[in-house]
Amino acid sequence: MVTEVLGEPHVPLGERVLMKGNEALAEAALKAGCRAYFGYPITPASEITSYMARWMQVEGGTFVQPESEVAAINMVFGAAGTGMRAMTASSSPGISLMSEGVSFLAAAEVPCLIVNIMRVGPGLGGIQPSQSDYFQATRGLGHGDFRVIVLVPANLQEMVDLTFDAFSLAEAYRIPVLLLADGVLGQMMEPVTFTRAIDPASLQEPEWATTGASGRPKRVVKSLYLDPAELEEHNRSLQEKYRRIEQAEVRWKTYALEGARILLVAYGTSARVAYHAMELAEERDIPVGLFRPITVYPYPYDALREVVQQRGIEHILVVELSAGQMVEDVRLAVEGRCPVSFFGRSGGTIPAPLEVLEAIRNVAEELPATGAAPRKGGAS
Amino acid sequence: MLGRRLEIIIAGFGGQGVMVMGQLLAYTAMDAGLHVTWMPSYGPEQRGGTANCTVVISTGDIASPIVARPHVAVAMNTPSFEKFEPRVVPHGVLLVNSTLVPERSHRTDIDVFYVPAVEVAAKLGTEKMANVVMVGALAAATGVLPLKALQAELGHFFEGPKEKLIDPNRRAMRHGFGLIPREDRHGPYFVGVTISG
Repeated sequence: MVTEVLGEPHVPLGERVLMKGNEALAEAALKAGCRAYFGYPITPASEITSYMARWMQVEGGTFVQPESEVAAINMVFGAAGTGMRAMTASSSPGISLMSEGVSFLAAAEVPCLIVNIMRVGPGLGGIQPSQSDYFQATRGLGHGDFRVIVLVPANLQEMVDLTFDAFSLAEAYRIPVLLLADGVLGQMMEPVTFTRAIDPASLQEPEWATTGASGRPKRVVKSLYLDPAELEEHNRSLQEKYRRIEQAEVRWKTYALEGARILLVAYGTSARVAYHAMELAEERDIPVGLFRPITVYPYPYDALREVVQQRGIEHILVVELSAGQMVEDVRLAVEGRCPVSFFGRSGGTIPAPLEVLEAIRNVAEELPATGAAPRKGGAS
Repeated sequence: MLGRRLEIIIAGFGGQGVMVMGQLLAYTAMDAGLHVTWMPSYGPEQRGGTANCTVVISTGDIASPIVARPHVAVAMNTPSFEKFEPRVVPHGVLLVNSTLVPERSHRTDIDVFYVPAVEVAAKLGTEKMANVVMVGALAAATGVLPLKALQAELGHFFEGPKEKLIDPNRRAMRHGFGLIPREDRHGPYFVGVTISG
């Protein structure tokens, strides 16, 4: 259990503890050496901000609840520009407000962590869980030709682990990293284990950080380039960085591919529901596998296409808590090699595994009959 | 792989301690080495309306922490009874806080237990312990976790100046357990799982 003792580790290392997703994420950020948090509360992400309000000072860091999300992201810009690990967290409408700042951070190549615990939109929408910010996360997080790395955990342990990875990736590529989860992952409790804690003093100061130019040449962190030639060169170098990320940082997991004819593709909470539906289908001798992206930028295009080709997948069913957004990336991946169908719920409703099973059945009925023996189960 | 699992929804007014009931089950299950998820209803529902939480306990991976049709439902008030009584799966269990809920279930395909949780808690000292009385009854009616393990977990819920509440709550839980007639009690649900008390 979490013990509230000032100056002592609040969540001990190596112990299995039951924590709420938002709190586990915040604790992971603290243990990853994050010492600057700027955030404005919003359901269903508020516990991240309240946890940081409670514990950031204990860790000797800076916590500010500014007047708006616009201010929050710009405070992240300032803090992260000094080379320290800094972050903000919000939910969908709050992330929209941050757009301009994210573009500035990406252009100035300032590493940071941004967390979106998605709620349903558009507009103020509702406060229930959703995955309808996929387009925003992977394409439209701000103006200009830029990308951010987008990590999509499906359980709380993965959310903790990816929070650590987010800071390392952000620093390795000098890029903002977006951790994209939803209200289910933010609000639920599940056991997690913290295996390490990073002392921020042990982190090396980046050679670009603006830490005061006394005794050395000045460093500039900026996004303004008025000379077109200089800006084109800057943009070319950004694009070159994105190509390196696409080569090296793609992550995904596959389940039960052996003998699969239908492939479910889902991430985050949808992947949990899809996994359950896959086991229900298996009990009914419907040969289904699951492909779960863990990064959605960079998207595992090649990996998904290879699964379809090598396993002879005949039909893909994409499951999302949206009207269908990631389904476009799946179609880009498979390049027409097999039909791609979509099942989704919107409005904040989480589909029951039986609903997804029904969608799988509809797809299965379309498959040509085969004399093959029923498949064997098991994760691959 | 998913395993043998039990899906529980606990519902009532905000302030009746329904979230804590779920957390008590969740912590005990985790300490017993089982897989567990706890998911609250969140948002405006918590302000005076009904609040509920879903607990899934399993011997294997847990897919969705949200459940449309639970194996077990606990209705601490009438709105919760009306909402969740129809949703319990056939052969499932419904526990009703009969002190506050006058309604009776007409379903014949589930086991319904009427537990005067508030009344019993009041007799033991304070109505506030009604949630713990109900957890005791739930343990007896479902066999989800041993009474002793749940009672032990109470020790982590009351720390510092609240330590004096541990024993009365343990007593309340035992009384709740005793409200379910011996012949209606369920054997250990997770057979083969060693859970120390």
